[in-house]
Amino acid sequence: MTRTRDPAERWRYAAPALVAVVVIAVWQALTAFYDVPQYLVPSPLVVATTLVNDAGLLLASLGVTVSIALAALAIAVTLGVAIALVFVQSRWIETAFTPYVVLLQVTPIVAIAPLIIIWVKDTRLALVLCAVVVAIFPIVSDTTLGLRSVDPRLVDLFRMNRATRWQVLTRLRIPSALPYFFGGLRIASGLALIGAVVAEFVAGTGGQGAGLAYQILMAGIQLNIPRLFAALVLITIAGVVFYGTTVLVSRLALRHWHDSELTR
Amino acid sequence: MRVAHATKTWPNGTRALDPVDLEVRRGEFLTILGPSGCGKSTLLHLIAGLEAPTAGSLAWWGGPFAATGAPGRRLAMVFQSPTLMPWARVDANVRLPLALQHVPRDDADRAVADAIWLVGLAEFERHWPRELSGGMQMRVSIARALVNRPDLLLMDEPFGALDEFTRQRLDVELAALWRKRELTIVFVTHSIHEAVFLSSRVAVMGPRPGRMIADVEIDEPHPRGEAFRLSTRFAGYAHRLSQLVAQACGGGLADVGAVETAP
Repeated sequence: MTRTRDPAERWRYAAPALVAVVVIAVWQALTAFYDVPQYLVPSPLVVATTLVNDAGLLLASLGVTVSIALAALAIAVTLGVAIALVFVQSRWIETAFTPYVVLLQVTPIVAIAPLIIIWVKDTRLALVLCAVVVAIFPIVSDTTLGLRSVDPRLVDLFRMNRATRWQVLTRLRIPSALPYFFGGLRIASGLALIGAVVAEFVAGTGGQGAGLAYQILMAGIQLNIPRLFAALVLITIAGVVFYGTTVLVSRLALRHWHDSELTR
Repeated sequence: MRVAHATKTWPNGTRALDPVDLEVRRGEFLTILGPSGCGKSTLLHLIAGLEAPTAGSLAWWGGPFAATGAPGRRLAMVFQSPTLMPWARVDANVRLPLALQHVPRDDADRAVADAIWLVGLAEFERHWPRELSGGMQMRVSIARALVNRPDLLLMDEPFGALDEFTRQRLDVELAALWRKRELTIVFVTHSIHEAVFLSSRVAVMGPRPGRMIADVEIDEPHPRGEAFRLSTRFAGYAHRLSQLVAQACGGGLADVGAVETAP
C-alpha cells in the first residue's frame, strides 16, 4: 500500500497506461481520419460498443474458455508437481522419462488436438486435455529444477541431524523449489489459456458451450470484425488477469524471503 | 572423538588426506589450522560423518557414527556461511535440529528461546534472515548449533567471510560461550591470530597431501581479552605457528609475514 506512494513505483503502472491511451487515441484518430470501413479495422469506439451490445454472448463464451483454461491449469499443476516429485526421487526415472515430456512439449498442439478430440468422447474434457498438454511442461521442468536446487550445506545439516527422506523433502526441497515453481506457474497460466483457445479452434465446437475461439471463428466468417475484435480484447484481458493473479500469489508466498520479490 | 590413521582420496585420484591421527578431548577448544587446500575441511567433514574415510577409522565416543545423536553424543556444525533457511524466521531456523528429532514442543520452545538469548538475538527471533546483517546471521547459525546442547561442536571457518571488527567480537563471544556451556569445539581456520586467541590446542596441517604437522598447546588462562592479543606471548605463539605453516608449505615460502609479529 505504501509502496505505490513511491514515484518510481507509480511510474511502473502509469507508463504502460500512458502507452495504451496514446495508442488507442491514435487508432481512433486514424480510423476516423481515413474513414476506414468497419469490416477492415473497426475504431476503438465501435469495438467498445460491440463489447457492450454483445456482452451476453461474449461473456458466456469467455466463461467457457476461462473455465477450460482454469481446469487445465489445475490439472497441469497437480500432475506436473507430481511428476517433478517422482523425477527427483531418482536420476534414473528422470533420465528415462524426460525425453517424453520434451516430446509432448515440442509437438505442436494443433497436430495432436484432432487426435485427442477423436479419442475423448466428451468435447469439454478433450479441450481441457489439449490445454493440459500445452501447459504442463514449464511446471514439470521448473519444479524439478527447483527441487534439485537445494543448498548442499543445508542438505549436510539435515543429514547430520538424521533427517528422514520425507523431512528433507517437506522441510527443505519443497520450500527451496517454490520460487522455481511460481516461475513455471506464471508461464503455464498463459499457456493454459492459449491451449484452450487453440483446441477450441481445432475442435470448432459451437452451440451452447461455445468458447471465445468459436466466436472469433464465426465472426471472421461472417465478416463481423467488430465482434472479432471485442472477443480478442476479452481473451487478452483474461490472459492479463491470469498472469497478474499468478504474480500476486507468488509475491504473497515469497515476499519475506526470496530475492525476486523483495520490495526493499 | 578419535581419528585413527584416516585417509581420504577423492574419486578423481586427488589425495586429500594422508593418514591423519587426531584425538579430541572433552572440554577442549581444538583449532585445526592450515593454509587453503590442506584438507582441514575434509577432516572436519569426516568428523561430522558427512564423508567416509577411504582408509583408517574414526570413533565417536568410542563407537561408530551410528551411535551419535543420542543424548550425551550429539554433534552440531557451523558452516562457513550462515546456511539459514531463508523461508523461515530466526526462531524456526534455530528450532530445526529439534524439529527434525521430534523434541516435544514445550522443551523445544524453551531450548530455542535459551539459544537465541545466548547469542544476544532475543529481540530478533521473529525476524527473517534477510533482515539481519552477516554477523547476526552467523549468530543465528551458532544458536542453531547450540540448541540441542551438542557434545561436540564443529565449526568450519565460521567467521571467515565477516569483516575484521565483527570477527573479533564474535571470537570473544564464542570463547565466552565455550566456557559458559563447557563445550567441546573443533574449530577450523586459516587465521593464525584467531587460532591463538581462541584455542586451548592448535593442530597444524600442511598441504598436498593434507597431513598433521604439529600439535601446539596454547597454555593461557581464559578469559582472554585485548591485553592478551597485544602481549608478547600472543606474538610468540603466532610466530611459532606461522613458522610451522611456512615449513609445511615448503621452504620457498618461509616468510609469511611472521617477522613483524616476532617477539
